[in-house]
Amino acid sequence: MSRLESALADLRLADTLAARDTGLSRLDPRAKIVTTLAFLAAVVSYERHTVVALLPFLLYPVALVSMGEVPWRWLARKLALAAPFAVLMGIANPVLDRAPLEVAHGVTMAGGWISFGSILLRFALTVTAALAVVAGTGMHALCAGLAALGTPRVFTAQLLFLWRYAFVLGGEGARMATAREARGGRGSPTLAVYGSLAGHLLLRAFERAERIHRAMLARGFDGEIRPSRALRWSSRDTVFVVGWVAFFVAARAVYLPLLLGRLLTGLGG
Amino acid sequence: MNQQVVEAIGLSYAYPDGTTALDGASFRVAPGESVAIVGGNGAGKSTLLLMMAGLLEANAGEVRIGDVSVTPGSRDFVRRTIGFVFQDADDQLFMPTVKEDVAFGPLNFGVPAEEAASLAATALDVVGASHLAERPPYHLSGGEKRAVALAGVIAMGPSVLLLDEPTAGLDPAARRRLIKLLQAFEHTRIVATHDLDFVLDVCARVLVMEGGRIVADGAPDAVFRDEPLLARCHLEAPLRWQG
Amino acid sequence: MHMADALLSPAVGGAMWVASAATLAVCARKVSARSEDRIVPLMGVLGAFVFAAQMINFAIPGTGSSGHLGGGLLLAILLGPSAAFLAIASVLTVQALFFADGGLLALGANLFNIGVLPCFVAYPLLYRPLAPAGSSRARVGIAASVAAVGGLLLGATGVVLQTVASGISSLPAGPFLALMLPIHLAIGLAEGLATAALVLFLAKARPDLLPAAPAPLRRRSLAGFAVAAALVAGVLSWFASPQPDGLEWSIARAAGMAELKAPEGGMHGSMARLQSTTALLPDYDLPASRAAAQGEAAWPEVNAGKSFAGLVGALATLGLVVAAGFALRRRR
Repeated sequence: MSRLESALADLRLADTLAARDTGLSRLDPRAKIVTTLAFLAAVVSYERHTVVALLPFLLYPVALVSMGEVPWRWLARKLALAAPFAVLMGIANPVLDRAPLEVAHGVTMAGGWISFGSILLRFALTVTAALAVVAGTGMHALCAGLAALGTPRVFTAQLLFLWRYAFVLGGEGARMATAREARGGRGSPTLAVYGSLAGHLLLRAFERAERIHRAMLARGFDGEIRPSRALRWSSRDTVFVVGWVAFFVAARAVYLPLLLGRLLTGLGG
Repeated sequence: MNQQVVEAIGLSYAYPDGTTALDGASFRVAPGESVAIVGGNGAGKSTLLLMMAGLLEANAGEVRIGDVSVTPGSRDFVRRTIGFVFQDADDQLFMPTVKEDVAFGPLNFGVPAEEAASLAATALDVVGASHLAERPPYHLSGGEKRAVALAGVIAMGPSVLLLDEPTAGLDPAARRRLIKLLQAFEHTRIVATHDLDFVLDVCARVLVMEGGRIVADGAPDAVFRDEPLLARCHLEAPLRWQG
Repeated sequence: MHMADALLSPAVGGAMWVASAATLAVCARKVSARSEDRIVPLMGVLGAFVFAAQMINFAIPGTGSSGHLGGGLLLAILLGPSAAFLAIASVLTVQALFFADGGLLALGANLFNIGVLPCFVAYPLLYRPLAPAGSSRARVGIAASVAAVGGLLLGATGVVLQTVASGISSLPAGPFLALMLPIHLAIGLAEGLATAALVLFLAKARPDLLPAAPAPLRRRSLAGFAVAAALVAGVLSWFASPQPDGLEWSIARAAGMAELKAPEGGMHGSMARLQSTTALLPDYDLPASRAAAQGEAAWPEVNAGKSFAGLVGALATLGLVVAAGFALRRRR
């Protein structure tokens, strides 16, 4: 399967996941957006050598994944696909930052390894939370939420158009690539072939835009796309936002793992 | 339904590159009539439909709906009166879900959201697609897309329906359902098509186009017997007559 | 190259968000104010085109490797900068959301590096002057390549400055830049070739679809442009300022020069101060600067009991998280 086809299959899967009725999908998209932003802010606010103090924050993505019944395998695959960048950017840390840090009595580690671990953990936290929200909300509800939170209407309409026609144009592009292969085309096309192949796709895109515009005009379009879905904020949404934000603040302010460890071991410090 | 006569008077159009698409096409369609426009590729069928919906301006001639001339000034009236079902349903269905797409037209006309939703529900019921209301359009089959596109148009309550190649790409079962549906409508129907069997089932009258002109006008049963005419226009007699 | 959440400090990520969101708002207003509503579906479909075309590779002549379209510059040529920014922003947003490219906090930085810079710097300052109306095919090709390379190098510099200013990665600016620029020179050439190929294809097949070259800049748009340029320069220099600190700091640490005092000012310093005032147990969120200053005696007040408690606590936290996940899943 070509890269384009697998990307489209992926988008379709995300759509299918979002269409299910789950505890997460029933929440107002605004609640999920606001809470996730608060989560991101809390996670990235930690200092670069933080590892343990970040652990309590795992609760949020794990809760989202559970509430949204997001398949772990899907999530793991997405994480693995996105991970190389984080690894690439972090891997220099152990080399560059060798100043030893004492992580436990008598045990020291290079600061770079700790900050590398921190980068990976941050990556896992932020990406998992974002993916779980997307899979438990869907593009359309997300756009409705973004619009309700003040995103310019032109931009949310743009997102929806992109989403809708990525499937149509992506399908056309994939069929053109398949047709090329069926006639013996191998590997990446040369620039000349690419210019013509992608060029024809671009021409079709223009023609399609023209036809869509006519179809919109025929149904009275006057430059503005009017929203037809009303968002409903319920007490569940309030509980979700307030509860989680309180947890983030608490986790940020109090070093929870240590507190827990002391409780369990009965050792003061 | 408040219906009017639809009239084309000497319509001419040339593309910016100079190709003639329409060359003085004139005809008159009575209220409630079901008329087919047939002809080979490039005969000018689609251009003619676009002009009748006020989506393309003629170089010469005019389109009249009742007493009103189709001009940019009469745009609102034209949009409400004429419903256009496009050939490629993907061009028409762009809203997140089917029910939102069907409500798109009414909302543009200033109908309040709740009323638009009920209009959409009724229209979906008419085309037998109520069960698709919550689905996103891109997960639908070709026949389902066509039905939903039709619903999006009838939700606006037009009295005239223009359909461009409505059976293109449909499987036989979906095509049959569409035929039944269109037979039951009371709207004035003007259909551009290559599917002459469909014309026999749905239309009482047929206009044959060639080179931007209307070269024949009559009952399908009579017109489709004129084999030299059909051959000249890149058409063939309906399959059901071909033994 | 996409910036990633894991590498960004909240200050830098937030600043880039503000810059990009402001640009988005201005562009949205400009596009909404346009009289032709044709632009709405066109932007959407061309955004979808870029989204699809980014996944079609082509062979880069004479290298054996392959490249693909980025799209920012192409969209600017086809739609003008404001609409192009909205379109490329929608592509980046979908990628951030659905493919975890970069992440949400980093989206602001990515919109800036991959959207603002090509649309509002490379296009008006490089492409337009190099390929005025009526340019020959060769000239259009050269202009597209130069502008694409320029845009990508600026974007790569943006990634470096944002990373260094954030101070999460230890990469010092100099070597990082030396690594990023050649890579992006190559990517930029590929982008330029693809952009030129598409623009030239369109010029041949349907010249009517290419927008007429914009009228000579009027005074008002010139003024607007000057403001934008100043803003960009300001934002960049603001990021550049902590850079020597970062560099010095990394070298000092790498060399193990314990006596070198960590910078107290700049972004790290202020973040560290914020840290110690907000955290109840700041010693465990070890400010790096303090660790560096104290050399060997890092993680002050470490004692056996505390570190054992820390270990147990970490494991217990993980256990609780997993348990909570299962509980939530069953309940529904």
